[in-house]
Order: sequence, then structure tokens, then C-alpha cells
Amino acid sequence: MVACLRIGNAQGFWGDNIEAPSLLVKQQPNLDFLTLDYLSEVSLSIMAIQKEKDPQLGYAKDFLDVIKSLIPLWKKGSKVKVVSNAGGLSPIACAQACALLLRETGISMKIGIVSGDDVLHLLKNNPAEKDFCHLETAEPLTSKLNLLVTANAYLGAQPISQAIKLGAQIVITGRVADPSLTVGPCLAHFEWKENEFNKIAGATVAGHLIECGTQVTGGISTNWMDISHPADIGFPIAEVNEDGSCIITKPAGTSGRVNEQTVKEQLLYEIGDPENYLSPDANVSFLTLRLSSDGEDRIRIAGATGRAASPYYKVSATYRNGYRAEGMLVCFGREADLKARRSGEIILERLSKAKCTFQKTQIECLGVGDVVPGIFPKKELMECVLRVCVMDSNKESVERFTKELAPLVTSGPQGLTGYTSGRPHVRPVFGYWPCLISREKVNPTVEILEVK
Amino acid sequence: MTLLREIAYARSGDKGSHSNIGVIAYDEKGYLFLQEHLTAEKVALFFQPLSPWKVMRYELPNLLALNFVLYGVLDGGGSVSLRIDAQGKALGQAILEMEMGVV
Repeated sequence: MVACLRIGNAQGFWGDNIEAPSLLVKQQPNLDFLTLDYLSEVSLSIMAIQKEKDPQLGYAKDFLDVIKSLIPLWKKGSKVKVVSNAGGLSPIACAQACALLLRETGISMKIGIVSGDDVLHLLKNNPAEKDFCHLETAEPLTSKLNLLVTANAYLGAQPISQAIKLGAQIVITGRVADPSLTVGPCLAHFEWKENEFNKIAGATVAGHLIECGTQVTGGISTNWMDISHPADIGFPIAEVNEDGSCIITKPAGTSGRVNEQTVKEQLLYEIGDPENYLSPDANVSFLTLRLSSDGEDRIRIAGATGRAASPYYKVSATYRNGYRAEGMLVCFGREADLKARRSGEIILERLSKAKCTFQKTQIECLGVGDVVPGIFPKKELMECVLRVCVMDSNKESVERFTKELAPLVTSGPQGLTGYTSGRPHVRPVFGYWPCLISREKVNPTVEILEVK
Repeated sequence: MTLLREIAYARSGDKGSHSNIGVIAYDEKGYLFLQEHLTAEKVALFFQPLSPWKVMRYELPNLLALNFVLYGVLDGGGSVSLRIDAQGKALGQAILEMEMGVV
């Protein structure tokens, strides 16, 4: 009977808790794998801009800090392996930077590099291809051809598994499906065949549960206020079994909780049709899952069923879509929301007089319920936050907007405050273009970089 | 007046310009009640000010859960929507305030 595999996640997104990786390994010394997720839609666009300025960039530099924090633990004898999509658009450069760090400290290790997800050249060479039409609107890619910044296929677990089997202790990928960071180690450890879809489905569910870090250990749970010591919520661990079932848990002594509620909430997170949860490794049904308690902060998930994955990879492409900026001011006093809204309208009126037009503008009075505008009846408030946001293809218009908040300090309502954070920043907007690409057009590759 | 939060807990997330809201009943009795009364139409009406053009409801009886997908509710979503909650993280909290009648 093959031992279970212990896989932890210590980064739900780029910008998550910086201490979590080393802490998780210290708290759970028998952890087999540590997964770290860095790539959201916007991350790759940011990396593209970095790479444009310097071809040696284009990966998540924070990942190097994680490796630095793990070096002392490896030196003390930890055997934990790391799988991460921190490679972004430059997995090779990322691996080389890691190798440099490891070499300096005298550690020998193999680094696996998974690439081939970058399909920008394929989209650019054939923009009229039907598969490249926008998945939701069916608009052809030709309209965005000159604006494309990135295009990456969501690769699956196979190349990750291959890298691990070749002896890699750190696996760095570009864009892969988030659950594949967990499925890859399972494929290598249990040696499941590619068509053992129920087991792969089970590992995919485990991956889906831990990929967002603390979101399964009490973070953003409906009853979050019941958690004592929320500053120390533990990061999650999936104990995956040979049959594809798993137990979700967290290290002993950490705060937070793993129970039926936290697990069900994360199961339902960012899913569409629960009978067809699509991943490049399997098409999973959540309708056959069975949850049970295995002790305190231990939930067992069994019964996952899966079918063959689609012959297409999902592609996430991004394109330049203008500029945006947002500013906030606080209004205190009677009729705070009316004063705030009036102030917001002044900003737009002055911009209009200066002949600045915008594709989109937004005025929100936060406090009266504008986070979900129009749903809850307005209340009388003594205090609210004015937020104004604009977007346009013309950068100068957006820059002009950033100068229109400060004058309200002397011409606006009494009680206006909170302006000391300075002029808002103008940021580029990246539109999201989801499409498909036939698997036969994509070539996932695995390389090993040996550090001696 | 019974609010949805007394019968269920929830979580919302984004998928492009759409959002999904998972609603999970605390017990089987609550699930059967929601199966009958928390319809896609009711959810569409509740979120009408945010203009979703379609709401689909999926049932997960094994988890006592309903999954609602609200198409177009995020006004473009991601970096294209100008709303402060472009990723729909507040929609779970919003739906829990829905009035379910006197239960």
C-alpha cells in the first residue's frame, strides 16, 4: 500500500503571506510537497511589461525570497519539494536565478523547468483561427491582434510529474492549471496512468481545495468572526491517498479551522457547472463527492469521478485596453453621502469642461452600500468614502483626472479629509481574452537544471 | 422575517465577467427549503441593479448546496470593471441578507 502524499500550499496568489512557505515547512516537517501559486490574469501582463524592459525578467521575483527562506531548512535535512508557477513568462530565467542562490550556499539540487505554455506567436500568426475567438462573445481575435500582450495555455500535470520523476526537487512552471500543481506530484508518486480519471479527479479536487491557501482553513469563511487568533490562520495540507481520496487539514497548533463549512465553501469557489469542472488533467464531477470528518480540523473527501479532459487547452490571452486611475477621499458630516457624490460629480464636470472624455467612469459612495450598488436601501450616514474611477484609451485624459481630486480640499464640502495619500497612479488596463487551442499545437517541454 | 444567512452560508468568486455564488444549507431541511424557494429567478431579481443578463442554478444535493452563476454581473470583471468589487467578493455577503419570508 503506497503511503499517502502530503502536499501543502503556502501561496494562494502573488502577494500572499510572505512567511507562510518556510513556516508551513517548519510546522509540518513531514510535508512532501509545497505548492505556490503566483499567476492571476493580471500577473502575466505585469510580467510582460517587465520582460519588455529586460528579457531576464518576467517571473515572480518574490519566489527567490521563498527559496532563500527554505535554504536553511534544506540544509538542516528537510526533503520538501517545491512546485510553483512562479516562472511566469520566463521560467528558465527564474530557474537560473534560483540556481545562483542555491550554488552560493553550497546546496546540490535539480530544478525542473516546465515551459511551452507561451502560445502568443501561435495566436499572432493565425488570428482568424476559429479556436482563437473569444470564448464568451465569439468575437474574432483579429480585432485585438496589434494589442495582444500575452497568450498562455493552461498546461496540465503531466510535465510537472515528468520533472519530478527526473529528480527535480524544485519545479518551476509558466502557466498551468492551478490544481495541476497538486496533481503533478500525485501522478509522479502514485504512478497513476493518464486514464485513471477518477483518481486524477480526486487529486484535482484536492488541488482546487488548497490552491487558494487560507481560503479553506477559515479565511473568508462566512463565520470568520468565530475564529480566535485570526492573525495565525494555518495554511492547508492535502493528504492524498492512492485511491484519489484525500484529507484536508492544517498543521497542529495553528489558528483557523478545517471543517465541513470551510471545505464546502472552497469547493464552491469559482466553479460553474459542478458536474463539469474542467481541468487539463480531467473533467471532474463534484456531484459524487462525499465529505466526512476524520477528527478535529481533518475533513476527508472521497468519491470524485472524472472523465477525459478536453482535446483543447484553455488559453488566457491579454491585450492592451487603455489606462485607468482611481482616487478616494473621505467625507464626514451630516449628509456625508450626498456631499461625497456631489464632489465626485464636480470632478467629472471639470474634466468634461477640459475636453477630457472617458470610455468609462464610476462614482461610488462607500459606506452607504455602493460595494453592491442598488441592492440595499440607503442609510443616513455621518461618514463615507468617495471613490472615483475613470478609464480611457487616452493616457492624458486619465492623467488629468489624477489632478482633479486635490482641489476639492479647499473648494469641496466641509468635512472632506483623507487626501494625504497623494495623487492617484495611472495604470495600464489589460483586457482578458479567453479562448482555446488544440492540444496538438502545443508542445509542453521539461528541462532539468542541475545545481552542483 | 427570516434572512438567508439563518438557513445557509455562502461564498462568491469570479470567472471573467461572471460571478458564481455558492449557497450551502446548514442542514438537510434547509436545503430542501432552498431547493424550492431560492430559485434562479429570485437571485436574478435580487441582483438586478448589477445587471446580470442570465442566472443559472446548479444543484449539489450531496453537499446540500446550490451554485448560482450570474452572467455579466461583474461589468467586465478583472481590470476592465471600474467597480471597487470587480471580482465579486462581496456578493456572497450580499445574498445572505436576502429575505426568505417567515420560515
